[in-house]
Amino acid sequence: MNREELKIIFTLFFSAAFLRKKRAILTIAAISWGTVAILLLLAFGNGLQKQLLTARKGMGENLAVVWPGETSISYKGLKEGRRVVFWVNDISFMRERLPEFEGIVGEMTDWSSTLTYGRKTVTAFVTASNWEFGEMRNQIPEKGGRFFNAIDEKERRRVIFLGYERAKELFGKEDPVGKEILVNNTPYTVIGVLKKKLQMGNYSGPDSHRCVIPLSTYVAQYGEQRLHNVVLKISSPEKMKPALDRFKQVMGVKAGFSPEDTKALHIWDTVESSKYLVNFTVGIKLFLGIIGVLTLLVGGTGVANIMYAVVKEKTKEIGIMMAIGAKPKWITTPFLLQSLFYTFLGGFFGLVISAIIVFLLSFVPTEGSMALEFLGKPTLSLPIGIFTAFVLGFVGFLAGHFPAKRASLINPAETLRYE
Amino acid sequence: MHIPFFSKKTNGSNGNGFVISMEGIKKIYDTGKIKVEALKGIDIKVKNGEFIAIVGPSGSGKSTLMNILGCLDTPTEGNYELSGEKVSKLNREELAEIRNRKIGFVFQNFNLLPQLTALENIEMPMIFGKISSAERKHRARELLQRIGLEDKEFAKPTELSGGQMQKIAIARALAMKPDVLLADEPTGNLDTTSGSDVMTVFSELNSLGSTIIIVTHDLALARRAGRIIQLKDGKIEKDAITENGK
Repeated sequence: MNREELKIIFTLFFSAAFLRKKRAILTIAAISWGTVAILLLLAFGNGLQKQLLTARKGMGENLAVVWPGETSISYKGLKEGRRVVFWVNDISFMRERLPEFEGIVGEMTDWSSTLTYGRKTVTAFVTASNWEFGEMRNQIPEKGGRFFNAIDEKERRRVIFLGYERAKELFGKEDPVGKEILVNNTPYTVIGVLKKKLQMGNYSGPDSHRCVIPLSTYVAQYGEQRLHNVVLKISSPEKMKPALDRFKQVMGVKAGFSPEDTKALHIWDTVESSKYLVNFTVGIKLFLGIIGVLTLLVGGTGVANIMYAVVKEKTKEIGIMMAIGAKPKWITTPFLLQSLFYTFLGGFFGLVISAIIVFLLSFVPTEGSMALEFLGKPTLSLPIGIFTAFVLGFVGFLAGHFPAKRASLINPAETLRYE
Repeated sequence: MHIPFFSKKTNGSNGNGFVISMEGIKKIYDTGKIKVEALKGIDIKVKNGEFIAIVGPSGSGKSTLMNILGCLDTPTEGNYELSGEKVSKLNREELAEIRNRKIGFVFQNFNLLPQLTALENIEMPMIFGKISSAERKHRARELLQRIGLEDKEFAKPTELSGGQMQKIAIARALAMKPDVLLADEPTGNLDTTSGSDVMTVFSELNSLGSTIIIVTHDLALARRAGRIIQLKDGKIEKDAITENGK
């Protein structure tokens, strides 16, 4: 088909549709609306997924948290119902015997410590851990501060790292770094404040309220030797399951419990729960996508409607064209093209509108509202664009295909018989 | 003046010199409840260069016969050969090809495409016939000149008189140099003068060798043809050569 032939075809088929400007505009608007719906829903889904996964990583990646429990089956002559205990010196034992873990730290938590700064006193939970806790648990400090290091731990320094909410509580707008606070009446120097982060999962409390001190300092101050829990980090997610099995075996021998005893340890495998989260967000995106597609299909019926009207109006002309030798494809192609044209024009406007909305939403302040922090970041992406273009093409094709088929089945003899 | 479209064609017929050969053509319309036998066995042979008028009262089967002759419809029974090609069993695509290459249609109500200019209307069958743009324009302008409407090249059908429209329709029918020109009541919507003009164009075309078949109920018009086939109740009642055909 050359340019001139196309011109004639366009003249023949598009003129009727453009004459009905109002209907054409409404149809394009319906497609635009459908496109906006599908794009925004998917953009919100995308933003939500992104934020959820970021928040999931807020606690640290590829971690497992293990709490000692109580045995439920007897082991090597020991009766069931015994408390399993991890001791402080078990940490070096674990590190030595379980090299598959990239990091192992122990934790002790005091739930009701009193923190005092000046005249202000608050009750808070204080975690004592090894210096590696900082990197493993994503304790990134605000500018000007730091997490405690190996030397701090070795020398049992009284240093404390504050969660940003706790810091705000105690210091207000004042910079806490370098200041001294009392933890249960013992002075500690604030060496850093946690940088603000999104965190979804937590144990014993969110990091925003957590205060962390070196484990050695805590042990020295309180004489406590029992760990509340250990945190294990693996280099890649697929290694977690076998590594945890080995942990049960090794620590079973050391602490006296059977590796098969499901009550001896309480394990939170974040790798496993991340999988659920990914599936959950995929499910949400799928659901939102389906709603979007259905909305677009409604717009598609508008296009099909206008195309059927054109077929009806053009019946005689189609009959004439067939009588002088037009093959069915000459009749169907322009209908399909016209339908795709409407759909893509509507799709284009929809894309522009969606991009503007997404751009404007990026200015909406989300701070202070967890819901807005998760929802207020809709993101348009190439896969969303490709998916929407595919859906638009499909809708446009369907909307044009059936009217075009009807047109191609017109019997020229019957069309031309009556006036 | 030598214009190729109006010259006698030499390759349009089969070995026996018949451009059209119909044997035992029947057409039954089956609506599910009733069956209507519109044609009850038609035998027609048309030689190259003949000018035939098909006449008959309303309901005699003229239009059905015309549709089958023009490959707009297929017979229920019987054989139809057009220029040596068996067309009775062709599919829609093949019939479209035959209509484009071997048949030229002229309708009572002209059936021009209203959005297109006179020139573009004449070009349409050539577009479907994949004739090059330059050749199309050349042929279309020659035809416009032949029918004396070269000044109407850019006129839309609404800007033309009935007679002019029918002449454009004839030019369109001739664009692909068809083997047969079929005209269905070509003067039915024209006044006497325009009707006579159009008939003169047909006579001229025939004298230059074109095979023409017209359907009419106007006997005076039919007498200008060389042969009259009279239909009644789906059968040929009379098939006679007129004075012009002798």
